[in-house]
Amino acid sequence: MIELDLALQRGEFSLELALRSSARALALFGPSGCGKTSTLLAIAGLLHPRRGRVAIDGRALFDSDANIDLTPAHRNLGVVFQDARLFPHLSVRDNLRYGMPHAAAKHAFDDVVHLLELSAFLKRRPGQLSGGQIRRVAIGRALLRQPHALLLDEPLANLHREARAEVLEHLRGLKRGFELSTILVSHQPDEVIALADSVALIQDGRLAALEDVEAFRSSTAASGIPVAANACATG
Amino acid sequence: MLLTHAETVALALSFKVSLVGVACSLPVAVGCAWLLARTRFFGKPVVEGLLLLPLILPPVVTGYVLLIVFGHHGAIGRWLDAAGVSIAFRWTGAALAAAVMAFPLLVVALRNAFESVDRKLENAAATLGAGPWRIFFGITLPLSARGLVAGLALAFARAFGEFGATITFVSSIPGQTRTLPIALYELISTPGGQSGALRLTLLAVAVAVVASLVAALMLLRGGTREADA
Repeated sequence: MIELDLALQRGEFSLELALRSSARALALFGPSGCGKTSTLLAIAGLLHPRRGRVAIDGRALFDSDANIDLTPAHRNLGVVFQDARLFPHLSVRDNLRYGMPHAAAKHAFDDVVHLLELSAFLKRRPGQLSGGQIRRVAIGRALLRQPHALLLDEPLANLHREARAEVLEHLRGLKRGFELSTILVSHQPDEVIALADSVALIQDGRLAALEDVEAFRSSTAASGIPVAANACATG
Repeated sequence: MLLTHAETVALALSFKVSLVGVACSLPVAVGCAWLLARTRFFGKPVVEGLLLLPLILPPVVTGYVLLIVFGHHGAIGRWLDAAGVSIAFRWTGAALAAAVMAFPLLVVALRNAFESVDRKLENAAATLGAGPWRIFFGITLPLSARGLVAGLALAFARAFGEFGATITFVSSIPGQTRTLPIALYELISTPGGQSGALRLTLLAVAVAVVASLVAALMLLRGGTREADA
């Protein structure tokens, strides 16, 4: 269960978003500037809402009424940023291990490395990796945090076709293999259809609609882009 | 180039005083630079100005202030004396003068280095469960390494060349406070001391050139890497 009730101000942009979804994987969909990434950063604790509540699977991460505001370190979320944000001075192995809890099972690392096919470049630095490899390492690093939920910010953005297909396939595998609540930010309908169970259409910092992925697929097939999202201001 | 015993002592003392001074200055400079780079607080421009004072004030003034504060009858010096720790007219006092004079250069270099670290990486580390100390020592400081080395090189050169504050604060005592620049000054003022003065001048120039090269190399390579990224 994902509960969001956010009031956030960033410069002149105002975000007022309230939704409850029982979907395992929820997509926040809309073009650039609608407030998708701001929402994700607020869930991660990297932006501070004026008021509201964020809870995932009953665990409150932020609740202004109850005076709860967990630090990003204590939210225990696996965040995959659009720009990956791998640590350039650390090897792939050290990047992957950075967020691993000390008590993590020894095979957890090997499992994720195997699942994401990372073993060939564990000793390399991020600067020596391709775009697809960088994204896979970022996903692996977030998973090895052993998070309560996964936040994916445009995980396929700026990747060429082959890398996109490669990362998408791995994300599909994760969805099947991990029982993790996931919030995905995207403006690509195919990405949303492949990875989400439910879709929140965001328009100018407001929720325009909340629909299941089948309804989203139908509206996408009919118009190319869902009507509500098409009306979003860009910028 | 053969040095006399007195010149060798002055050279060794200069290295000791500079290394200890910079080492003592470093943790404080790291803390101040981080605060300036990463926080906002009331009166920040005033604090910035105060931290740079040793760079701007005449060194003699800095030395005199040190004497007032840390001398035998100074506000802090009398307490140190009572505790059996005397720094006035001792090599530790020269190290303190070196630390104070090198401090602004370290702060400026470190602040620039910290500001050049992408805060998004620090945020990413926070989402991975890292606390502020782990983020600082695991992400911020390693990514500031070039700026840190450049700052250390410049600060060492500044401490090595320190004269005015040192001679005012701890005078010129052979083996205790007569560092290379002070020994050089003494030789220049002494009839027949020209050859010794020339030797020490060449040594001082060599140290300064090496430090400048290290700093330039670090800053240049850091800049190149940023441009490539």
